[in-house]
Amino acid sequence: MGEIVRAAAVLGAGLCMGIGAIGPALGEGNAVGKALEGMARQPEAASTLRTNMILGCAITESTGIYSLVIAILLIFAVR
Amino acid sequence: MEVNGPKVYLRLGGMNIITQTTAASFAVMLLLCIAGYFLGRNLKKRPGRMQVLTEKGVSMLYGLVEETMGKHNAYWTPYIGALFLSSLGGSLIGMTGIFRSATSDVSTTITWALMTSFLVWGCTIKNSGLKSFLKGYINPLNIVSDIAQPVSMAFRHFGNIMGGGVLTSILYTGLAGLSSLIVGAVRSNGWLVTGVTALAGALLLLLGFKKKKLAPKLFGAVFAAVAVAAALELLGVFREIPILEVGIPAVLSLYFDIFSGGIQALVFSLLTMVYVGMACPPREEKEKQEKTGN
Repeated sequence: MGEIVRAAAVLGAGLCMGIGAIGPALGEGNAVGKALEGMARQPEAASTLRTNMILGCAITESTGIYSLVIAILLIFAVR
Repeated sequence: MEVNGPKVYLRLGGMNIITQTTAASFAVMLLLCIAGYFLGRNLKKRPGRMQVLTEKGVSMLYGLVEETMGKHNAYWTPYIGALFLSSLGGSLIGMTGIFRSATSDVSTTITWALMTSFLVWGCTIKNSGLKSFLKGYINPLNIVSDIAQPVSMAFRHFGNIMGGGVLTSILYTGLAGLSSLIVGAVRSNGWLVTGVTALAGALLLLLGFKKKKLAPKLFGAVFAAVAVAAALELLGVFREIPILEVGIPAVLSLYFDIFSGGIQALVFSLLTMVYVGMACPPREEKEKQEKTGN
């Protein structure tokens, strides 16, 4: 019985991380794209745009990180 | 591949009293106190190098807090500075190898997140009274957002640092396997192959230095290292020499520990500032709120 549970957990971890990575990737790509447009349009505002972009990306990444935590828990905590 | 939580040193009455995280947190606190003492000592009119750096840091911190929370909230700066430095220190302490980084344990980040939430609730109650604070919970959306706020802050910081740690340890195991594979292959074919590898390594190094090109130098160094390791193992000096584990994980930990540690510390402090700043409106705005009675 334990093997099936373990196999399901590891399979779930793979799915969780895979699907969980799609959202933040799209979001951050969009955010960085818009920030670069802004920088191109106004080079003198580049530094503030850059810091806000990095902070925005860090906050957007949080959903991806939640799926990473769940995937790691599924792999290492399920016996 | 051992990926596990912090080791528990002392367990009393069903609770973990001293764990690796406690040791790391106290080490960070001690380091910050020592730094604070030495940086704050004998401040001179014409400042020396260290004093200028410290003053720059403190003034940047005050600027950030006043810009994010408003001039009237500048008195929050010591708390935000302490939070930022302990989070940054908590993430970097793991690189020393002696301690496990304090922030890669969920209890640390949940504590900080709850502290922020209690500050926010406290300020809201102090500024706009208990009645309006409870009135805010009529529509259930507020309850959800008040729960999601600490959970998201805690798990974002924890997940980043712990995820980096897990990936680094996975890479270590992978590289150890790879290097024992290569060295084993060279060693098992005996002295002939080891000699050929050493020769190839020397030739590449020579070529690289003569032509000033990086690639032959790198490959030459790797070949030479593999040959030396195989020879040593053939002589029975060492059983297993993990040569590949030297360079690459350092680059990875540069990103995971330093960059994402810094970013997470900044994000955590910034969110704390934003939430607490919203809960403490400036004085005249508060009078206006009471007049309009919203």
